[in-house]
Formats: sequence, C-alpha cells, structure tokens
Amino acid sequence: MRTMSLAMRNLLRNRRRSLTTLLAMVIGAVTILVFGGYARNIVLSLQTSYVMRGGHLQIQRKDYFLYGSGNPAAYGIADYQHVIDVVTHDPVLAPMLAVATPSIFLGGIAGNFEASVSRTIIGTGLVVADRNRMRHWNDYGLWLNLPDSALTGTAEDAVVIGKGVARVLELCEPLKIENCPKRVKKELATGAPAPADVTALAALEARPAAPRDEARIELLAANVHGAPNVASLHVVKAERQGFKEYDDMFVGMHLKQAQRLLYGEEKPQATAVVLQLVHTSQIPAAKARLAELLSTTLKAEPLEVQDFEALNPFYGQAVGMFAAIFSFMAVLIGAIVLFTVGNTMSMAVMERTAEIGTLRAMGLRRSGIRRLFMNEALVLGMIGAAAGVAAALVVAWLVNHAGLTWLPPGQVDPVPLTVRVWGETRMMVGTALLLVVVAIISAWWPARRAARMLIVDALRHV
Amino acid sequence: MNVVTLNHIGRTYHLDAVDVPALVDINLEIRPDCFTVISGPSGSGKTTLLNLIGCIDQPDSGEVVVAGEPVQKMSDDALSDFRARHIGFIFQNFNLLPVLTVEENVEYPLLLARVPAAERRRRIAELLEAVGIADKARNFPGQLSGGQRQRVAIARALAPAPNLVLADEPTANLDSHTGAAIIALMREMQRELHVSFVFSSHDPKVMAEADDAVLIRDGRIEDIVRRPLQEEAA
Repeated sequence: MRTMSLAMRNLLRNRRRSLTTLLAMVIGAVTILVFGGYARNIVLSLQTSYVMRGGHLQIQRKDYFLYGSGNPAAYGIADYQHVIDVVTHDPVLAPMLAVATPSIFLGGIAGNFEASVSRTIIGTGLVVADRNRMRHWNDYGLWLNLPDSALTGTAEDAVVIGKGVARVLELCEPLKIENCPKRVKKELATGAPAPADVTALAALEARPAAPRDEARIELLAANVHGAPNVASLHVVKAERQGFKEYDDMFVGMHLKQAQRLLYGEEKPQATAVVLQLVHTSQIPAAKARLAELLSTTLKAEPLEVQDFEALNPFYGQAVGMFAAIFSFMAVLIGAIVLFTVGNTMSMAVMERTAEIGTLRAMGLRRSGIRRLFMNEALVLGMIGAAAGVAAALVVAWLVNHAGLTWLPPGQVDPVPLTVRVWGETRMMVGTALLLVVVAIISAWWPARRAARMLIVDALRHV
Repeated sequence: MNVVTLNHIGRTYHLDAVDVPALVDINLEIRPDCFTVISGPSGSGKTTLLNLIGCIDQPDSGEVVVAGEPVQKMSDDALSDFRARHIGFIFQNFNLLPVLTVEENVEYPLLLARVPAAERRRRIAELLEAVGIADKARNFPGQLSGGQRQRVAIARALAPAPNLVLADEPTANLDSHTGAAIIALMREMQRELHVSFVFSSHDPKVMAEADDAVLIRDGRIEDIVRRPLQEEAA
C-alpha cells in the first residue's frame, strides 16, 4: 500500500467522474495528435515535393539569388563541372549526396508565330536522367509518386510547358488539352496588299508549316552578350504546375538546349548546381562542409549555397503557420484539461475533507496530503495520456485507411489524406508529457488547499 | 509521569464578530495507564479539550505537555510526527479509509511511523486477533457493521503502540449492546497494552467503567473523580 496505489484506488471511488475526466484528456490528446500528424504530413509532403524538384541545396554564383533572375547569363557558374566533381568526390560530402546536377534558369519570350501569339516565360534547363533520380527521393516514406519527366528519351529540342503557356500560345489542340476554349481574335485591319517582291521574299524565308499534330514554339532569350537568341523547340507535353502564375510561364528543357540559348557557341555554364542529399537532416553538415570547400578548393569563383527553405519561402511560411495553429490548439486543449482535472480534484478534496482530517490527525504531514492529491492527478494524467496516444493512433490508422484524398497547396494531383502519428515519437511523447504536466499543475491548487486545512475543521466536515 | 498535563489552558472560538470561550483556565493531569472519561453536556467543551490533548488544535493560552513534551512550540511537521508516534484516535464516525481493506487501515499508521514490513505484519495480525476481527482482514470498511468498523478503528489507533488513545464519543453511533462491547474492548485493550485512554461520553455506564472521570461544564472543569488504579488498589 503505497501512495500511488492509494491514489489509484481513490480515483476508482468515483469511476464516472474519473472516466469523464479521462475522456476529456483522451479527446484532447487525439485532437492534438491527429492535427499534429496531419500538419506534419503536409510539411513533410511539401518538403519532399520541393526536394524532389529542386534538391536540398543549390550552389549558385554569389548574389545570383538576389539579382540573377533578371540576368542569368551574367551569374553563371563557369566551371560547374569542376564544382560537381569536387563535391561528388569529397570524402565528407559524397556519402551524403544522392544527386548532384547542373541546372539553368532563364527568362525569355515564347511564341507560336503561326498563331501570332507570344508570352514571357521562365525556362529551366535540366539533366533529365538526374532529375528522374531526384524524383524518387522519399525519405519519409510518403505516398507520393512523381512520374519520370516527360523529357525522358526525347531529342535535345524537346520542351515541356505549363498548361497555361499552352493555352496562351494556342497549342491546346496538338497537345490534347481539355477545357481550352479557342480565343476569339479581333479582326486585323486590312490594308493594301504587300508588294509582290516582299511577298516572294517572305515565302522564300518561311519554314515549312509544322504538321497539325505537332506543337512547336519559338523561344527567344538574351544571350550572355545581351543579344537575342532564338530556338525552335518541339513541345512534347503540357503539364499543369501547382501555382497558376508558374503554370502560365513554365518551360522545361534539356540543359544543353538552355545553354545554347544563353551561351551560344561559348563555353556553357550553369546557373546552379543542385544537390540532393540522402536525408534532410544532413543539411547543416553538408552546408558546413560546402562552406569549407567554397573557401578552399572552389574559391576560384565567388559561389554561395542556398538551402531549399531559402529558395522556397512558402515552405517556411507553411511550417510557421502550422506550428502556430498547433501551438494555439495545444494551449487551448491544455487549458480545457487544466480546468477539467482541476475541477475533478477540487471535488475530490471537498468530498474527502473528513478523510483529510483523519489522515492529518493520524500523523500524515501537510506534504503527504499534497503528495496524495498530486499523485492522483499524476495517475490520471498518465492514464489519460496513454489512452489518448493509443486512441490517436487508432484514429490516424482509420483516417489513413479510409481512402480520402486532398489537393495540397502547390500540388497538381490529389494525394492521399494521411495523418502521421505513428513514428512521430517526439510529438507523441511531447503531447503525453503536456497532458501529465497540465494534470499535475491543475491538482496543485486543490492539493495545497487540502494540505492547509485545519485538522479540527476538516474532522467536523460532514 | 503524567501522560498529559494541561496548565491554565484557554481556548476561544471567533465566530464572526463574536468571541465564544470554549475552555477557560483548564488544569488537568491524565495519569498513565488510565481509563479517563471526559463528561459534560453538549457544548461544554469536551471535544475542544480532546482536540488540544490530541495536538490537533492549539490553545490560545496555557501549556500542553504530552508524553513529557511541550507541544506548542513544535512545527507542524514535528507535531505530525509526534502524533504518529504517541497518539491514537478513535472517531465517532469511525473514519476508516474506505478504499483500504481492514488490514491496510491498521497498517496505515504503522507506515506513517515507518515501522518495518515484518514488524507491521506481526502487529496487524496481533491487533486484529485482539479486537476479534481477524477473519475480516481482507474486507473493506463498507462490508462491515458499525461495531466491526469501530473495532478496526481501535486496532488502527493502537497500531503504532501510542502512549495515549483519544476517543470522541466512540459509542455514539452504535446501539447500546454494541456500544457496551466496544467500551469493554477498549478497557480490555487499555489494561493489556498499558495505554492511557481518554474519551468523551455522556453514557453513565461508560463513566462507571472509568478510572478517572472529568466533569466539564461551560468550558470549565467542574469536578474530577479519581479512583485508585488496579496496581494502586492491589
């Protein structure tokens, strides 16, 4: 017969009240953990999506991140292959690396001259085989399956464009894009026919018209000297991008094609070396090692390293938002548990006033009385926390197997709605500890009140 | 040496704005190994006097000495430890812990007095046998009659081998037959274990059984009747 055993038996005295209190704690734990698991899943999905597409780290020419998007040709890494060789052969970095690949980001104007339409675009030049390997990164075992790039196995002049680009450039028909009504064009003002010699010259210069089932665009970009450079490209597919603004501007192409546009016959460069690590947790170590290399072996060019959080500010905003909602919810539920357990303990103190007097008369110290009630709250908290975590695991399992899907922000295809509770040890232990601590805190005041009772008054209590 | 000595004790209750004197200039000595009854009409101050003797209340004036120790200057913790070692209580409403079995109720004060486990087991068995309730050791108080509960309370009060057992109207909630049996049991235990018993009662049969009878009225001791103890008589 020890204090814990006595606490347990006292809790069983009023089973209905203890059960109600436990139920409140269980509901609180389930709410915190299921929402936490849902938020965690979103954050990891976002992270996985960004890492699949853009890697964990990017080595860029210094200040490219701030100024380079307006003039990528001026912020290229001249000896990018040397950079890749150094990082892939570095004894510290090599074990951490999954993929190291060059890429180019450029701006330009894409046009469909047959339809007399054009628009500004953001182009990405990439090594398709490397990017396909990056798409298989799934450190958290999520139900994400990104198919290989549509550029796989295509010729060098092949491009993939956003569906928004395809719509504006009136390429819906050859690219078989649904829900793409034809734009009604204004009638052009008619004037006098062109002179015969001009018409003949134009006919001579004109390229043969592309077959009706082939989509082609002309891409105009400023080369490294500021002169315009044009490439005629074959659109192999239109893919919807997660954000409309990006969907209306995206053009993906082979790295060599992008280099030809920017650097022509000169030595090709890359605007970034993309590094995908085996685990996200390796970012600090990899960054530290890269900093050493950039100041020693790779100091010939002014380079810097950006991580995926800096490159994708939305990720940090999403993480911050979910953390804020989670904290708010945890505080709210903590307050509810605080008052529920506090009320239960106050009732227990009131009902057992004569008993408190008896124990004190028999020689139990004030601290003993305090310990008795605090232990009851501790037992209540521990049972509530354990039952809450178990219930949350069951609810998470049910949700994960219900076949529900949802469309995360910035994604194209719906993904399974999953709640990540199992495996999130820190979250489970943290929630359980929160409940236990809140239960103990809530018992503190009633326990103190019980301990400070005058023995004769307590014994008189009916 | 007297087990309790009260010198010029005064105790006043402050009820709202009114001061109600419960005890006025009480001088009393409780002899060791003695069966003492405090008697008097309702409101005369019997319970207040027992509370002061039991060290669960403090006088406004005067001195309380129990088992040779002046108790007023003790800290609350020291007083708690003192009660655990030297004083046993028997209540009118039995006040057993309902979540503990009979043997656990008897064991509780032994735990407070930090008695080793083997000694606890021996003492519990002896006491339950002595009060005639050994067969109910595993029962909970809710499964016992009033008389049986009071027997458990007597065993519990005697468990830590105290110098003094206090009982506030221990037979008030019992029928006369059971009450008489309980008084007889207390008397028997007092003689066997050489403990001083002090209890309050209106019952003339109880008063007839006592070695010392203290009559109290309006907070003052009106009379003390002392009979020679068995040893003295012999």
